[in-house]
Amino acid sequence: MHVVGKLSVKKPIFNRPKKKTNIKEKIAYICIYAVALITMLALISIIGYVLLNGIQHINLEFFTQEPRSMGRKGGIFSIIVGTIYLTIVSIAIATPIGIGAAIYLTEYAKENKLIKIIRFGTETLAGIPSIIFGLFGFVFFVIFLGFRWSILSGGLTLAIMILPTLIRTTEESIKTVPNSLREGSLALGATKWQTIVKVVLPSSIPGILTGLILGIGRAIGETAAIMLTAGSSLGIPESIMDPTRTMSVHVYLLASEGLSKEKTFATASVLIIFVLIINLSANMVANKYIKKLI
Amino acid sequence: MKKFLEISLALMLTIGLLGGCGAKEEAKVPEGSTLSGKIVIAGSTSVQPLSEELADAFTEKYPEVSIEVQGGGSSVGVKSAKEKIADMGASSRAVKESEKEYGLTEYVIAKDGIAVVVNPSNKVDDLSLEQIKKIFTGAITNWKEVGGADKEITVVSREDGSGTRGAFVEITKVLDENGEGKKIDNTTKNALVQPSTGAVKQTVANTPDAIGYISMGGMDDTVKDVKVEGVSATEENAKAGTYKISRPFLYLTNGEESEVVKKYMEFVLNEGQEIVKEEFISVK
Amino acid sequence: MKIHEKIIETILFICAAIATLSVLLITVFIFKEGLPVLKSYGVFNFIFGKTWSPTNEQFGALPMIMGSISVTLGALVIGVPMGIACAIFLAEIAPKSVVKIFKPAVELLAGIPSVVYGFFGLAVVVPIIRTNILPIIQKFNPDANTSGYSILGGAIILAVMILPTIVNISENAIKAVPFEYKQGSLALGASHFETITKVIIPAAKSGIITSIVLGMGRAVGETMAVILITGNMPKVPGSVLDSVATLTGTIAMEMGYAGPMHQRALFATGIILFVFIMMLNIIASTTLKRVGRG
Repeated sequence: MHVVGKLSVKKPIFNRPKKKTNIKEKIAYICIYAVALITMLALISIIGYVLLNGIQHINLEFFTQEPRSMGRKGGIFSIIVGTIYLTIVSIAIATPIGIGAAIYLTEYAKENKLIKIIRFGTETLAGIPSIIFGLFGFVFFVIFLGFRWSILSGGLTLAIMILPTLIRTTEESIKTVPNSLREGSLALGATKWQTIVKVVLPSSIPGILTGLILGIGRAIGETAAIMLTAGSSLGIPESIMDPTRTMSVHVYLLASEGLSKEKTFATASVLIIFVLIINLSANMVANKYIKKLI
Repeated sequence: MKKFLEISLALMLTIGLLGGCGAKEEAKVPEGSTLSGKIVIAGSTSVQPLSEELADAFTEKYPEVSIEVQGGGSSVGVKSAKEKIADMGASSRAVKESEKEYGLTEYVIAKDGIAVVVNPSNKVDDLSLEQIKKIFTGAITNWKEVGGADKEITVVSREDGSGTRGAFVEITKVLDENGEGKKIDNTTKNALVQPSTGAVKQTVANTPDAIGYISMGGMDDTVKDVKVEGVSATEENAKAGTYKISRPFLYLTNGEESEVVKKYMEFVLNEGQEIVKEEFISVK
Repeated sequence: MKIHEKIIETILFICAAIATLSVLLITVFIFKEGLPVLKSYGVFNFIFGKTWSPTNEQFGALPMIMGSISVTLGALVIGVPMGIACAIFLAEIAPKSVVKIFKPAVELLAGIPSVVYGFFGLAVVVPIIRTNILPIIQKFNPDANTSGYSILGGAIILAVMILPTIVNISENAIKAVPFEYKQGSLALGASHFETITKVIIPAAKSGIITSIVLGMGRAVGETMAVILITGNMPKVPGSVLDSVATLTGTIAMEMGYAGPMHQRALFATGIILFVFIMMLNIIASTTLKRVGRG
């Protein structure tokens, strides 16, 4: 509803400055446009560079064959399986906790000391470098809890890593739900929980999805922490207790050990195509929801 | 929301169940004549490519066996053998004094020569050990001092603690005793540091005035190897001992070895040496 | 009914607390491993020592501290103005059709794995600095020299990497500014640009600062991309063309091959990183409070 109000009045605002803009403002506008352009160019050049070098080495066999001789030959079938498996496990662990935490912090928490500590803790967690998560995951999950190098260890480590992102984006979007909606629902006799489930969460779904996109992106793109917790073995993982190698770990190892430039670019291309697909589909879902709300 | 909770609960349960399955599978016991079971090898990234090859060949012979090869580094190798997170640890450096007390069994499975490499555009192709020492300690900083162009030398080293660096500095005497008789690694502070053979190779290939050192197994034509004391860095020369810069690859085990591990060790030290020969120096 | 609601609240509270508990666990573990070295070597010697040479038992972390700070500052100098400009562009200037393309593009930027950024930096940015930028600088300062592996290269790539964080959160903050503020400003005769700089940005200040702090956290904590680009030279830098080693890069590089004492020293480095992040968060939360009161 918020969106409707904004869009309908956008036009007059956009037209207005044209009459009054002085040179200084014009320069500022040009700068902003230039920066936006540079940002787009950065994105296009990075993606273009990898895809142009990698896409000619991608064929069906690359997806269906298992890597041979350390990845110099063959495909990346087991690596794709491992990547998906690890991502699903980490998202499955982190999503309920993240959304639950966000709901608590926005809808239930009273501003006392304990909540302040929790907020501070969550912010701190967001800032902890991935390499430290890796060290922690290695000693805590792999050694102390005895999960060894496994999808479980990697998934748990990743889940902790993406938790702050999920909490933050969900919280932000819950906050934008106008209070009048909540009051309306409560006035109609709904309980607090019913209000949250039926009124607050549906209107914050685009925000939650954004958090999920960022989370999945981080899970797929993480390297340092995964190498230390999920290992880097090349076989197809059969259970959650098996180790695995994700695409980004594969890219890192292939390239830093200088095993094969072709396979590095090809794997990096697949990785980027994965990210593209995730982003596009999530955006489509989010757009659909916004339309429905209007 | 109920549905959502149900789904998440179901997911958690599935995860738990999958975990259970995993545990069961791991408990597979080797039975009778056909060898089966699982070996986890972890450690040095320099040994990892070789371990993968060896594991492939071994599992081709014994399809019931599965071998997982993990990286992490030599210290991870020592640590995981000690903590028994892995059945075998892999190390590309000798076991340190402080690690000896863990009582691990050591097997030398291969030797690896270390090549000194420069950018292909560099005219210098022969250096003495003394010159190499001076370049890496920062006493020589310009290529013209060793017969090259008037260009500042970009020294590329490995990270402190790396097995390759450990072996390299010891043989070239970059590691030297100070006045108190303590051994000091004198690598120049002006050295770029790269964390792997591939990264050093890439840096040297991309930087016209660079010099670095890499595992001989990682050599290709993107970089040029220089002769050391007139001897070129080939496996024959390293095996014969005329090329001086080489280090051991180790497998480490802790305590009683399982049937599979024993068979694998036997394989590595005999038939496996044929695979070792392809890129490294066999110990047979 | 009430019990039902109470149980839900408790579950949600536990969700909210998990993030903080993880921080506690990580803290305890890192301090346990790293403190002995700090104690025996001396905190002052550790932080201000200029020589990092663990095999020689010299644990001076100053080069890495300066390395992390310089790369991060560089990234902020480039990334913050760009990020805020992009956020303003998205929230206030761009027509809806452009937003539809630009916003997913920024999200995609967040999805690209750091390994890919690292390779792009290594393969494209590092050579450009050596062959194109160095000659320009040498015109002004003939003594300048660089291998390309430099603070500058790291800062450029990190700036792009932290853009999505800054853009997303700043944009949300700008959008959350009540529409009435804008209406009021425009009604008083201010131009659109004046409204943006004098009304909207000040009102969105807390969100923008949060975005910068989070971006800074990402820059300080980034590991894989930095390892590939900055050259990892453990020496206090003198110019932006110098190579540097960062705290994260050193931990990631040396952990695998470190002996027991060396490993503990790396955990001590982890403590410094951790304290650094904690300080950032405290600064951020006090600024937030001050802005809130003002």
